[in-house]
Amino acid sequence: MLKSKTFLKKTRAGGVMKIVREHYLRDDIGCGAPGCAACGGAHGGPALEPLPQDPASSLWPRPHYLLPDTNVLLHQIDVLEDPAIRNVIVLQTVLQEVRNRSAPVYKRIRDVTNNQEKHFYTFTNEHHRETYVEQEQGENANDRNDRAIRVAAKWYNEHLKKMSAENQLQVIFITNDRKNKEKAVEEGIPAFTCEEYVKSLTANPELIDRLACLSEEGKEIESGKIIFSEHLPLSKLQQGIKSGIYLQGTFRASRENYLEATVWIHGDTEENKEIILQGLKHLNRAVHEDIVAVELFPKSQWVAPSSVVLQDEGQNEDDVEKEEEREQMLKTAVNEKMLKPTGRVVGIIKRNWRPYCGMLSKSDIKESRRHLFTPADKRIPRIRIETRQASTLEGRRIIVAIDGWPRNSRYPNGHFVKNLGDVGEKETETEVLLLEHDVPHQPFSQAVLSFLPKMPWSITEKDMKNREDLRHLCVCSVDPPGCTDIDDALHCRELKNGNLEVGVHIADVSHFIRPGNALDQESARRGTTVYLCEKRIDMVPELLSSNLCSLRCNVDRLAFSCIWEMNHNAEILKTRFTKSVINSKASLTYAEAQMRIDSATVNDDITISLRGLNKLAKILKKGRIEKGALTLSSPEIRFHMDSETHDPIDLQTKELRETNSMVEEFMLLANISVAKKIHEEFSEHALLRKHPAPPPSNYEILVKAAKSKNLEIKTDTAKSLAQSLDQAESPAFPYLNTLLRILATRCMMQAVYFCSGMDNDFHHYGLASPIYTHFTSPIRRYADIIVHRLLAVAIGADCTYPELTDKHKLADICKNLNFRHKMAQYAQRASVAFHTQLFFKSKGIVSEEAYILFVRKNAIVVLIPKYGLEGTVFFEEKDKPKPHLIYDDEIPSLKIEGIVFHVFDKVKVKIMLDSSNLQHQKIRMALVEPQIPGISIPTDSSNADLNEPEKKKKKLEK
Amino acid sequence: MAGLELLSDQGYRVDGRRARELRKIQARMGVFAQADGSAYIEQGNTKALAVVYGVPRGIGGVRSRALPDRALVNCQYSSATFSTGERKRRPHGDRKSCEMGLQLRQTFEAAILTQLHPRSQIDIYVQVLQADGGTYAACVNAATLAVLDAGIPMRDFVCACSAGFVEGTALADLSHVEEAAGGPQLALALLPASGQIALLEMDARLHEDHLEQVLEAAAQAARDVHTLLDHVVRQHVREASILLGD
Ligand SMILES: [Zn+2]
Repeated sequence: MLKSKTFLKKTRAGGVMKIVREHYLRDDIGCGAPGCAACGGAHGGPALEPLPQDPASSLWPRPHYLLPDTNVLLHQIDVLEDPAIRNVIVLQTVLQEVRNRSAPVYKRIRDVTNNQEKHFYTFTNEHHRETYVEQEQGENANDRNDRAIRVAAKWYNEHLKKMSAENQLQVIFITNDRKNKEKAVEEGIPAFTCEEYVKSLTANPELIDRLACLSEEGKEIESGKIIFSEHLPLSKLQQGIKSGIYLQGTFRASRENYLEATVWIHGDTEENKEIILQGLKHLNRAVHEDIVAVELFPKSQWVAPSSVVLQDEGQNEDDVEKEEEREQMLKTAVNEKMLKPTGRVVGIIKRNWRPYCGMLSKSDIKESRRHLFTPADKRIPRIRIETRQASTLEGRRIIVAIDGWPRNSRYPNGHFVKNLGDVGEKETETEVLLLEHDVPHQPFSQAVLSFLPKMPWSITEKDMKNREDLRHLCVCSVDPPGCTDIDDALHCRELKNGNLEVGVHIADVSHFIRPGNALDQESARRGTTVYLCEKRIDMVPELLSSNLCSLRCNVDRLAFSCIWEMNHNAEILKTRFTKSVINSKASLTYAEAQMRIDSATVNDDITISLRGLNKLAKILKKGRIEKGALTLSSPEIRFHMDSETHDPIDLQTKELRETNSMVEEFMLLANISVAKKIHEEFSEHALLRKHPAPPPSNYEILVKAAKSKNLEIKTDTAKSLAQSLDQAESPAFPYLNTLLRILATRCMMQAVYFCSGMDNDFHHYGLASPIYTHFTSPIRRYADIIVHRLLAVAIGADCTYPELTDKHKLADICKNLNFRHKMAQYAQRASVAFHTQLFFKSKGIVSEEAYILFVRKNAIVVLIPKYGLEGTVFFEEKDKPKPHLIYDDEIPSLKIEGIVFHVFDKVKVKIMLDSSNLQHQKIRMALVEPQIPGISIPTDSSNADLNEPEKKKKKLEK
Repeated sequence: MAGLELLSDQGYRVDGRRARELRKIQARMGVFAQADGSAYIEQGNTKALAVVYGVPRGIGGVRSRALPDRALVNCQYSSATFSTGERKRRPHGDRKSCEMGLQLRQTFEAAILTQLHPRSQIDIYVQVLQADGGTYAACVNAATLAVLDAGIPMRDFVCACSAGFVEGTALADLSHVEEAAGGPQLALALLPASGQIALLEMDARLHEDHLEQVLEAAAQAARDVHTLLDHVVRQHVREASILLGD
C-alpha cells in the first residue's frame, strides 16, 4: 500500500519548497511476539518472550509488555537498562524522536535492544498498514506522534487478544505526560506513569532510586522562588547568534571557584575568544562542557578573573542571599588591564551531561530522602537526588545522572545510578578514575572474543602466504622487567659485503584483527592500552596481547619486519619491509641486555647482535641530536608493590640505561622509515603523528627561570634549545640541568595523530623529524594497527578495505585516538597520585629535600627528586593570619617575611597525607627549611596541625 | 541534529521499503496518437514521458548525418521546470540534459537493431515530469516501452535501475532522499534476456570489494523491472488486438 506524504519545507536560501515523499505501508511487519500465527513469527533477531513472567507488578499482575513513549525513553533510560526491566516494545516513532533528540541515549537504547536477554523489540509502526496515522489538520507533530504511539499500543492489545485470548497478554503504555495518559485510558489502553509502574515493582525496590526526577512543566513556577532567568528557545538563540547579539561557545566551569566559569567561543574570532561569567545567575544553570549561548556585557560591566578559591559548601536552598554576598567578594578592585570580556548565559544549545562519579553528602535532616551529591569533578555542581538508601550510600563512591535544572532550584535534580564501593578502596578508586577519564574498561564482550583465533593456535601454510621465514635470525627482545606484551624485537648481523643488516620486528597484530569486525571496532574504540600502577587495561584481549602477539622467546610468532642495510656509520643504504615469522632467541630486560653488552667475556650470538645494535644506536642518537632533537625529561616513578597486599611499599624513579635508549633509537628509526613509505604510497590518507612547535610565549617561564640562575636558554629553534639546554650546567648544582629539562617539557605542545590528506604541517618538533608515525606498538596502540594495514597494502602483503582510504573516516579515527591518549595519560597520573597517597599513608610523615619548580602568588610548586613527586606549598591558610607576601612576576620571585624564593631554590619540605576531604585526599606539603617564623614547620617537634596518630610521629623521630 | 537514517536496524528504508524492493511502477503505452510510439511511466514519484519518431523517416538523406550502414539514434532529454521541488528555470540544452541525452543514446544504440534500417533516423524524446530519484532509469524504461510501441525492432528490452550502498547493504532503486545522502550510486541498463549490460555508470567512490554486491542488486532490480514492463507490453498488445478485432 502506498501513501504519499506531502509537506512544505523552507530551503536554506529562504525559498519555499514543496516536498513530496513516498511512504509505503506494509502488512508484513511482525509484532515481535514469538508464536504469533498472524505474523508468522517471521522476524530475525531478538524478540519478546511469549509469556513474560517478570517483573511482578502490583498494579498489573498479569503478564504484559511495556510500551514507553519518547520522554520515558529519553529520561528513564537508567531504569530501562536495569536487568529487571525486560519485554519492552520500542516503537519506530519513539526511536526516531530519540535519535533526533539525544545521540547518547539513542546509542544506549540500541545497545539494550541488541542484548538478547533484555527482550526489547523495535516495531516499525510508521510503515505498518494498521498503525500508520496521518497528521490531521491543526494537529502539531508532537500530538500526531503521541497519537501514533497510542494507536500502536491499541493495535497491539487487539492483536495480542486475537493471538491468544486466555493468556490475557497486554501491552502497558508508560508515559509521564498527564494528558497523553488520560487519553490512553479513555481509549482503553492500560497506562501508567513510569514512577507508578516502577513503584509497583515490589520485588525491585532499588529501581526507585534510579528513576529520574522530573518536575512537570508549570509545576515549578508555583513552588519556590525563581532564582534563574529563563533559557531562550533554540530558534531565538540561533537567530541571535546569526545576528551577532549572542555568541556560541563551550562552557568550562572553574575548578577553583564554583561561581566562575569561562566560555570558549567557537569559530575563528581573535577578539573575545574567552568570555568570563561570574555569579550563579550569570552562569544560569550551565554545566561544564555544555554548548551555550552567551550575551556579552558592555565594557563597563567587565570583571577580572578572581584569584579566590571558593568551594560550594551550602546545604540549603535558601542560601541564595548568602550567595549574593559571596559574589560581591569576587569583585575586588582591580586595575583596568586585568578586565576581561564578561557576559552571561542566555540559553543552552546542547547539554553534554554524562553520569558523574562522586559522593553523597547526607542531609542534616534525619528521615529526609533528598540529599546532595558532590561530584568528584569540582567543575560539576552538586546534584540533588532522592534516595531511601542514604545511610548505605554514605561513604561510598556512587554514580549519579542529572535529570534537569528547574529555574527555582539552586541545584540540578538527578537520580542515583550505581554504587561503586567504599571510598579509599583500591578497586573503587580505580573504577572511579577509569570512569572519570572515560576509559572503556569493561571485560571484552562475547562478540569481540568470538573473533579471536581458536586455540591451540599454530602457523598454517595460509599464514605463510606473502610472508618471509626469518626464524633463523638471531632476534631478541629488550623490555622492562615483567613485560608480558612484547611488541618489538631486534636483530643485527654482519653481511658478506661488510655492511650491517638491522631488523626491527613488530608483532603482526593486524593479521589477527581484521578490519570492521567487532574485535576491530572495540580496539579502535579503546584506542590504547592504559597502564595504571597495578593494573593494565588492555586494548586487545589478553590472548593476543600476552600470548599470540607477544614476541616471546623460543616460540614462532608472526611479525611485521622493517629491515635496513646500514654501513658502520649507521647510514641507511637500503630499507625493506616484509611480513615475517620470527623465533626470538631471548626475552631480556634492559638490565640483562646491559650486562651482556658490558661483560667482555660473553661473546654469544645474542650479545654480538646487541653490541652491534648498541654501537649503531649511539651514532643514530648523535645524529639526531645534531639535527636538533630534544632530550627532555620528566620524573617517572615506579612503585614497588607488596606481592600480597598489592600496596605500594617503596617508590623509586625510573633508571635509564644505555639499552633503553638503544631500543628507543631503532623504534624511532622504524617509525620514520614506515612514515615515509606510507606517505609515499598514500599521500592523502597516511596516518601520521606530528608535534607542533610551541608558540614562543610558552618558553617564558623557562627563560626567566634560567636567567635567575645566570644561564641563557635560546628558544628560537629546536636545535638552539637543545644546545642551550646541554650547555646549561652548573658545577655547584648538578641537578639543575634535569630541572631545566623538566621545565622545558612543560612548555611543549601535545603530539597528535592526523591524516596526511587533512593537514600540511607534518613536522615533529621534539624528534626533529620532517615526518613521523607510530608503527612499533600495535599491541597497545590502535594507530599502529592502521599504520600496519597501510604498510601491508603498500607492499602488497594484505588487501585494502574501503574505510582505509577514506580520509574523513581516518580523521575521525585520529580524533578518537588523540582523545583516548590524552585521557589515558590523565588516568595514569591520577593512578600515580592515588598510589602516592597510599604510600605516604603507610609511611607517615617524612621530610625531604625539594626544588622549586614554579613560584606562584601565594605558593611555591616543588619537586622532590627522591620520589619524583611534585606538590604545592601554600603560604596562606584558612583561619590563620595572612603572612606578608610580595610576588614579583618578572623574575619571578616570592618574598615572605623577608625571605625570597626563586625558581630552582632548594628547600626542605614535610610530606603528609591530608584526609580532611574524603573524596579528595591529597598529599600536602609544608615548608621546613628555610625557616620562617610562623610559616615553616619545625623539623622535629610535633605539630598540632597534622592530625596524625601519635605512633607515626614517633616513627619519624627515630 | 542527526542525519537521516537510510536503513534502520530493522532493515527498513526511509520510505518503508526493504533494501532490495523497488518503488511502485505504473506504465502505459501509446499515450500519444501523433507519434510513432509513446509511453508514460511512474516509478514512485519519478514520472517520465517518452515519444519516438522512427522508421522510415529520414530516408532520402535530408539529414546529412544519416549513416550508410545503420540507423542513427538521436536522443533528447529534458526535464519539466516543475519536475523538482524547487522552482528553478533550467535553460534548454543545459549540460545535464546533454549528458543524459548522450547516455540514453548510448543505451539505445546497444539495444535497437540499427543495421536493419540504414540511412534512417530514430528520434527518442524523453521528458521527466517529476524527479524523485532514478531519473535515468525511468527515462530508459519509458523509452523502451515507446520504442516497442513504435514497432522498432530491438534485441531485447532495455531495463534500467539504480542501486546504492549504505552500511554494508546494497539498496535497489534509490529515491531522491537516498541519492541526496551522497553515498555511492550506480545506474545500470540491462538487456535482461542475455544479461548484457547496455550502460553502467557510477557516481562517487565505492570500494571494489562491494561492487559485486551493488551490481548484483541493480541487475536483480532491472530484471524485476523487466517482468513488470513485459506485463505492461502484453497487456497493451491484448488491448490493441481486442480493439482491432472489433
Ligand atoms: Zn503478531
